Amino acid sequence: MGATIKVSDASFAADVLQSDKPVIVDFWAEWCGPCRMVGPILEEIASENDSIVVAKLNVDENPQTSASYGITSIPTLNVYQGGEVVKSIIGAKPKAALLADLAPYL
Amino acid sequence: MSELREVIIIGSGPAGYTAAVYAARAQLKPLVFEGAVTAGGALMNTTEVENFPGFAEGIMGPALMESMRAQADRFGAELITDDVTAVDLAGDIKSVTDGSGRTFTAKSVILAMGSGYRELGLPNEKRLSGHGVSWCATCDGFFFRDQDIAVVGGGDSALEEATFLTRFANTVTLIHRRDGLRASKIMQERALSNPKMRFAWNSAVDDVLGDAKVSGLVLRDTNTGQTRELAVTGLFVAIGHDPRSELLPGQVALDEAGYVIVDAPSTRTSVPGVFACGDLVDHTYRQAITAAGTGCAAALDAERYLAAAE
Repeated sequence: MGATIKVSDASFAADVLQSDKPVIVDFWAEWCGPCRMVGPILEEIASENDSIVVAKLNVDENPQTSASYGITSIPTLNVYQGGEVVKSIIGAKPKAALLADLAPYL
Repeated sequence: MSELREVIIIGSGPAGYTAAVYAARAQLKPLVFEGAVTAGGALMNTTEVENFPGFAEGIMGPALMESMRAQADRFGAELITDDVTAVDLAGDIKSVTDGSGRTFTAKSVILAMGSGYRELGLPNEKRLSGHGVSWCATCDGFFFRDQDIAVVGGGDSALEEATFLTRFANTVTLIHRRDGLRASKIMQERALSNPKMRFAWNSAVDDVLGDAKVSGLVLRDTNTGQTRELAVTGLFVAIGHDPRSELLPGQVALDEAGYVIVDAPSTRTSVPGVFACGDLVDHTYRQAITAAGTGCAAALDAERYLAAAE
């Protein structure tokens, strides 16, 4: 059972794209109110699920990755599997709704 | 069955937290449902709040709400970060069910669910939501650096968003159905004198264009009916709000627009022991300070109701 990990433009390929497990990436920023709501929910999901990695990418500090995945709204949660985006969840949602969206990867 | 409480508060904007502070200080041990992702209310999506009395230099919306929450917590309010999915408000004992299926009961309930943003109602608006269509300038403005974007709406929040977005964007076109604004004078002056602002008067958004992301809008002239295209990569929708009263039809009296009807100047609803405050009631003032004011009134009304019922 883990905590969330921090990823960056520099570490994205190794930590996310080449990961053996599916990775949920939370594109977030300090100044985004809804991101603050989703943050603690993702910590819970990370600590309760061993089958996935939950990663946080700060869009302020990592503009390249945000731009290359066409992020125009945060929070955006992208699920990466085998280097590809397999699921994209845009906007804050309650934990139950997030778990339902993520069920195939948990 | 869990214990019978004195008061349950549903909602956590300025109205809900102020009601919680007053009810907690009155030893009523309020249980507050803050909402799973809406905790803190509408101010969580704002930046600088310049008009809340006592903050001479302004305060960030989320910081103001965190402070109100801490104040409610300090006096012993029990805060639950979950949504309410059902209410039964008739009778002397009210029941409230939360998102995880637990049911709580109380002698009184304070409704403070606030309002949610209104949508244009266009199919492509939904499809391109999060791909250029947004309702949160403070969340998403950052991604439109040096781009040409648009805001639709004519009130204070539309002008506030548009002015905020000029920090990032190349140009911001304000699209408004009429040829004048209903926003406050200070907001109008700020927007009209901003060199990055453009104005599309007498215009309505007929369609949002773009495959994977927004590439433009179809605007219709509200006088002539003629349409034209406007090339933008982002559309921020700020056309107003609707009360979040979806749990309440059949429970308390609502007006045609869905706002809870109260016996003003009190916060009493049509059901004894049920009180309502904030933007759920108020379609006139809609300010953080008026919401806080009616939240206080609701807690005092609930306190008197409980004392009389003893």
